[in-house]
Amino acid sequence: MTSETGVETHAEARTAARRRAMRPTSTGRVGDRIFASAARGSGILVLAIIVAIGVFLIVKAIPALQKNQANFLTSEVWDPNAVPPKFGIAQLAFGTVMSSLLAMLIATPVAVGIALFIGFYAPKRLSGVLGYVVDLLAAVPSIVYGLWGVAVLVPHMDGISRFLNTVLGWIPLFGGDSPGKSSIFTASVVLAIMILPIISSLSREVFLQVPRSHLEASLALGATRWEMVRMSVLPYGRSGVVGASMLGLGRAMGETIAVAMVLTLVPGINIHILENGGATFASNIVNGFNEASETGRGALIASGLVLFVITLVVNMAARAIVARRKEFA
Amino acid sequence: MTSAFGSVSPARRIKDRAAAVFMWGAFALAVIPLVSVLWTVVAHGVGRLDGDFFGHSMNGVAGRDPGGGAYHAIIGTLEQVLITSAIAVPIAVLTAVYLVEYGGRGRLARTISFFVDVMTGIPSIVAGLFILALWLLTFGFEYSGFAGSLALTILMIPTVVRATEEMLKLVPHELREASFALGVPRWRTICFVVLPTAFTGILTGVMLAVARVMGETAPLLLTIFFTKAINNDPFSGPQGSLPTFIWDQASDPNQNAINRAWTGALVLIGIIMLLNLAARFVARRFRPAGR
Amino acid sequence: MAKRIEVSGLHAYYGGTLAIEDISMTIEPRSVTAFIGPSGCGKSTFLRTLNRMHEVIPGARVEGKVLLDDDDLYGPSVDPVAVRRTVGMVFQRPNPFPTMSIYDNVAAGLKLNGVRGKSRLDDIVEEALRDANLWNEVNDRLDKPGAGLSGGQQQRLCIARAIAVQPQVLLMDEPCSALDPISTLAIEDLIAKLKNQFTIVIVTHNMQQAARVSDRTAFFNIAGTGKPGKLIEIDDTSKIFTKPEVQATEDYITGRFG
Repeated sequence: MTSETGVETHAEARTAARRRAMRPTSTGRVGDRIFASAARGSGILVLAIIVAIGVFLIVKAIPALQKNQANFLTSEVWDPNAVPPKFGIAQLAFGTVMSSLLAMLIATPVAVGIALFIGFYAPKRLSGVLGYVVDLLAAVPSIVYGLWGVAVLVPHMDGISRFLNTVLGWIPLFGGDSPGKSSIFTASVVLAIMILPIISSLSREVFLQVPRSHLEASLALGATRWEMVRMSVLPYGRSGVVGASMLGLGRAMGETIAVAMVLTLVPGINIHILENGGATFASNIVNGFNEASETGRGALIASGLVLFVITLVVNMAARAIVARRKEFA
Repeated sequence: MTSAFGSVSPARRIKDRAAAVFMWGAFALAVIPLVSVLWTVVAHGVGRLDGDFFGHSMNGVAGRDPGGGAYHAIIGTLEQVLITSAIAVPIAVLTAVYLVEYGGRGRLARTISFFVDVMTGIPSIVAGLFILALWLLTFGFEYSGFAGSLALTILMIPTVVRATEEMLKLVPHELREASFALGVPRWRTICFVVLPTAFTGILTGVMLAVARVMGETAPLLLTIFFTKAINNDPFSGPQGSLPTFIWDQASDPNQNAINRAWTGALVLIGIIMLLNLAARFVARRFRPAGR
Repeated sequence: MAKRIEVSGLHAYYGGTLAIEDISMTIEPRSVTAFIGPSGCGKSTFLRTLNRMHEVIPGARVEGKVLLDDDDLYGPSVDPVAVRRTVGMVFQRPNPFPTMSIYDNVAAGLKLNGVRGKSRLDDIVEEALRDANLWNEVNDRLDKPGAGLSGGQQQRLCIARAIAVQPQVLLMDEPCSALDPISTLAIEDLIAKLKNQFTIVIVTHNMQQAARVSDRTAFFNIAGTGKPGKLIEIDDTSKIFTKPEVQATEDYITGRFG
């Protein structure tokens, strides 16, 4: 505005008009203060929510925990509505950890394969579309996966489970006499499909950051495409992939509805993951909520608190790994 | 295949081929469930895609009865998602503004940023339990669509914060400085220069976040409870929603109920895919100049 | 162990656009040939067609013949991967593999080509590092990451990596442009030494460098933006820098260029 010399009259008029338009600046200081505190307040609210989640879950869990007649951490029984109430999270913890770990182990290689496929194998022009197709998997809601799981996947799992049982039955995990369809293994397959997109899109992001010069360095040495991937892409992206699959693990642990629909509840820990039965923290909460007494609700909240803490730890670890990689690059 | 340059040893060639086959296979493996899910939902769901489904509730309809619809559920879902957005978007956008425009690399900003990441990982069922513990058990409110919205808000905030943050970072610094140099105060610069520039990007992020929370079931089961009747008031009493409608109908062994569940799934997926496509369209059509 | 390159009628494309047009030249063995010319004249593109790195870029393709002695690089049964083993390349910015040690960087190409055995690898790695004038500086820390070296050392490491697989030809794409003057001098000394073993082709922006290190010089030019790059002339370096045949070359050399 200082460039206006004021020689021409209409220029002066324009300057004056702008000054008028700028008049509200007199309230700038107050406005700034209000706006800045609103922004900061929102940020602090986010922190407050996280803290509140922890606090209120603890507060509502304590009465139930005090009435509990069983060991909360080691008992396999979940009977909080009985008098006296007895409940422990051993079976839930086993089911949650086992199904999500398995889902992560199934999903990670496939997700990395997809990320490499889109980044280095598929025609460049298609990469956007292919990425979108994988992202669509993430857009399908959990409840629909549950519905599909029960109608389509579960019937197919019968044969697969029997096959695994016959071939790998000597491993205790795949052992057992009656491989079934509604097993922890089936739940893991559903979970693997659900966490595939997040692992693959995060891995792809990491792979995209591999500098072109590193790729060309290996190609110029006479590396095949796979050797280029092994020499230049995978070492560079390793910790990113580890972080991504851990985020997938956290996602799988908290997944509720699809798991609840696929699993049939059989009490007690069963190491044979091909046999029917199993429960996770999340599935147990939705299945038990309707019939829960007040203590029952408290017990469910207590188990939810444990789930919250576990996923928090897994997520923080994953973020730390991803962040450390950033410092490297 | 031998030339004067020698050839790549068969072992290397086979490994290269095998790797390529694996990559193609991995992608195919991901497409199979996607196609299967979409196909199954359409095939099973299209049968009940009729006027009754959109015009009626389940009031007085038993599981084995034909007819009945999801009107109450669709109304519920729309209201809940609208309220969720009304609460979550301002908080999330302001938080992102704080992180990008005010916080810098300060300790508070870094803490908030870290916990936003943590918040993305909160299981939806935990968000539901929290609202149950806070809103219903501590404050003593009844089940309502609004309680469900509160739970969904917790899930929506972090996604919108991240999307907005990314968009704000894309706004060139020169634009802010040009505005400051004109003597425009910071808050007006943010509200009338920065945010409008990033608007389409933020809108895309919000639409994707809405699509994501719309399919959430678990937190709703704990907060809006369940009803077969139409309840237009999201602030009082149990309310329907599409996900809980599907959950209820799918747990009924009667074929008529199962059919309704599939149609519910089809409608839900339809809305979500529309939102996704619209978000893509907005992002592409109104891409800010200079990017 | 060094071969003659004969290029005839070579065109290179990026998608639909012609980047370099109808280039023919002979590059003598055991000598240094420098490519000079203004930015965007296609000299780097041409260099990358000599080891089939050009086609790595999506949509890029090449027409024409490149004979290495008598064998066509673009012959129907030729595997580009095998070509790149025969024709080594050093890039503009040093690009050692960041996750590998100095030793593994040099050994990387050897391992790809199936060289096994610790003592054999040790010998070749040492020889390559000595040839690259780097051995004395790094022999006590071969297991440290290559990324920890200075820029000039990293570039010599990349040269060691390239010559360890005993290529016939060594292509260098502005190898000194990211380096300080002292490191540049070290690389130039190295080039003078390596030409006894290899056919060396170097792209450079620096005319003094071309005059200092090369035996023959090729001048590339471009008629205007969007037009393809062309070879204007190639001759002995002393001739190019004193009395070139073409006026455009003289204009460029003497700085009277556009």
